[in-house]
Amino acid sequence: MADMWVTMGPQHPFSHGLWTLKVRVDGEVVKDAIPVIGYLHRGWEKECENRTYPLIIPMADRLCYSASMTWSHVYCKVVEEAMGIELSDRAKYLRVVADEICRLQSHLMWLAAMGTDLGNLTVFLWALREREFFLDLNVKLCGQRLTTNYPRLGGVRNDMPYFFERDCMRAVNRFEKVLWEIIGLTDESSIFLSRMRDVGVISRKDAANYGLTGPTMRGCGVDFDVRRDDPYCNYDLLDWEVPVCKEGDAYARYKVRIEEMFQSCEIIRQAMAKLDSIPKTDPIRVKAPRNVPAGTHFARVEDPRGESLMYLVSDGTDRPYRLKVRSPIFVNVSASKHLVQGVRIADIPAIMGTIDMCLGETDR
Amino acid sequence: MASQNFIKAPSVEEIVTALNADFEGKVTIKRTKARRVFVSCDRESIYALCRYARSILNFEQASSVCGVDWVDHLQVVYHLSNYFTGTVLEITVDVPNDDPHIASVALIWEGADWHERETYELFGIIFDGHPKLERLLTPQNYEFFPFRKSYKLRGQN
Amino acid sequence: MAYNSILDWVKFTDPMTSSGYPYGDVYNLPYDIGYKIWELISGLIAWLIDLIVPGNEVSTFLTETPLLTNLLSITLMVVVIFAVGFIVNLTMIWEERKVLGRMMDRRATRVGPLGYFQNLADGLKTFLKENITPSSADKKGYMWALTILIGTSVLLAFMIPLSGRWFIVDYRTGLLILFGLFAIAPFMILVAGWSQNNKYTLLGGMRAAAQMISYEVPMLIIFASVALMAGSLNINDIVNAQHEYMWYIIPQFLGFIVFIIAAIAEAERIPFDLPEAEAELVEGWQTEYSGMK
Repeated sequence: MADMWVTMGPQHPFSHGLWTLKVRVDGEVVKDAIPVIGYLHRGWEKECENRTYPLIIPMADRLCYSASMTWSHVYCKVVEEAMGIELSDRAKYLRVVADEICRLQSHLMWLAAMGTDLGNLTVFLWALREREFFLDLNVKLCGQRLTTNYPRLGGVRNDMPYFFERDCMRAVNRFEKVLWEIIGLTDESSIFLSRMRDVGVISRKDAANYGLTGPTMRGCGVDFDVRRDDPYCNYDLLDWEVPVCKEGDAYARYKVRIEEMFQSCEIIRQAMAKLDSIPKTDPIRVKAPRNVPAGTHFARVEDPRGESLMYLVSDGTDRPYRLKVRSPIFVNVSASKHLVQGVRIADIPAIMGTIDMCLGETDR
Repeated sequence: MASQNFIKAPSVEEIVTALNADFEGKVTIKRTKARRVFVSCDRESIYALCRYARSILNFEQASSVCGVDWVDHLQVVYHLSNYFTGTVLEITVDVPNDDPHIASVALIWEGADWHERETYELFGIIFDGHPKLERLLTPQNYEFFPFRKSYKLRGQN
Repeated sequence: MAYNSILDWVKFTDPMTSSGYPYGDVYNLPYDIGYKIWELISGLIAWLIDLIVPGNEVSTFLTETPLLTNLLSITLMVVVIFAVGFIVNLTMIWEERKVLGRMMDRRATRVGPLGYFQNLADGLKTFLKENITPSSADKKGYMWALTILIGTSVLLAFMIPLSGRWFIVDYRTGLLILFGLFAIAPFMILVAGWSQNNKYTLLGGMRAAAQMISYEVPMLIIFASVALMAGSLNINDIVNAQHEYMWYIIPQFLGFIVFIIAAIAEAERIPFDLPEAEAELVEGWQTEYSGMK
């Protein structure tokens, strides 16, 4: 049969967002793939040039709406570096806790979507049930479930509420036990394993070449994590590990994310313990000047999906001159052409699911 | 090239020494910080510098390529990242307004491919040698470059 | 006024004695039920008409004609069988949805007591939807493939007797006819998927045809082995032979297991639902069929 182009088009059950993947198939085997993005392009970077610095924080939340805390964190980080101010310890650990809660709920959303892609609807419902507990924690901390708007220039918006530590510890302790049940549905299912093993293999050299970051890269054997190798917010004072897998197939990327969830629980516990020992008089917010001195600065942070980087050019006024966003999914999607070579159409949802796409940050 | 030895995990001092030794006059080191080196380069030697950074200094990942519109000239900024030390090398290259061509590094790092396409469609900087320089995020029939300062949003004037 | 008792008109006779009883000397329960329902209805109508106009011929025609009695009792028999099949189907789907929902930590069906009428509500909703035909689809293939597919499947279902006295047809070569009707299904699915002028449905149709044809082979081998053991292709005979010997599941338990797996694959249930793959092909070969179709 001759080759034909199948458009897994903008409206598609597995696509997690609005993008198109045109694949050229010979029967069921994929020969070529062209990803088409840009349906959600809002001109975010240009809009930022028109707003004062504090007004951009809620905009940064909406870059990737399911991992919004880390995006506003990286924005505040780059502006604080440009202003030259240093956060207090309390604010740092609060940002760490908020980031890790964001990572947990983002990975749970990924697990739910991964289950649906492969037909396993029970994982979908169980993972989303667990995610509700972390969204409740978000509500207690800053009033919003998803686009949290919590970091501020110079610190965070507010201190932890009264019973937050108890609730957080309850959620984390419960979650560590329940996560074993949930992965019992996937790890012990031979159908899941046979669909994910040896599918979409990337070698270590290719992973570095394509610029993949995050769990996608760590599943291919590259041992790099921004939190450990380029530390910020006192991550180097906490004791945790970075999971790395060498095989490079979809199953390895899945395992890395599951292990990251366990490590996030560990980080939250330690950060809460450190917060206990810091005196309550430590300010949560340092006064930030209105105008940012002229210069160029950049900052990067470990997003649940990879390494997110922001580059700021400031010109001494209260609006940025140029703010560039480097989103990890932008690069991971550009590598999708190489990822799906030679597999069958039925494997495409499994592979693209392990990349964990979120179109808001790709198109900006 | 003076020192051709491959350094797997270069520290900031080693990078500064190597660049000063091999790219005398073409590359100026603006400032350094812990795990950060800020460098500016001229247009003709950017390809050689990126080659050098990849093969000798082991900057395996091109984190980002972006453009900035200073109204009298354009500028391309590269961020390269090393996995073993966590160092980031930032290279800025000035490009004149009337001749916005620059060599493409998409053949050195494939991760820079889509970044260069995006910079082309938003600023109009043409990357020579890019395999497929087309519009990515904006519709195919746009003829202007949105992120240049000459394109004003409604609130600006 | 002369008043004839209603019992003159509503007579319950033995169906096996009426002329035109189609089953020879085997008692058939649904025919009996249909026969009695028809006698009730015809007797009531005849008695009512007779009250108004005594001594008319319509009443005698209604109750005394064996041809009419035969015809309508067969019709009502079909209605009875269909109703029983429908309710059994409804109950099975309800049970599955409820149990599946509880496994996923949610209460599944909600309409009616314990959620029993959810399937009726869903069916009603689907009936009321608009039937859209894609303009570039091949109309004849589109309509006929579905009709023939559903028709032969229903034919199959009605050829299987449920007990010694609940059957519709009693062919000497019933199993052979079953073989033939099974084989039509994959071809019709392929035509249906192809005629919708959509690359996804074409892929889904090809996958479905490949899966169904390949799983038919073990199924038909098991059929043949059962027929060999019973010594006849007549389904009733196979059932009766198990009375004297023992249930064939015991000597042929391997065949039973293989048959169950092959039947699940034929019906495209999970885990064999690759042709319907919701993740990549939306609904597989059924994508463009909306509403009642």
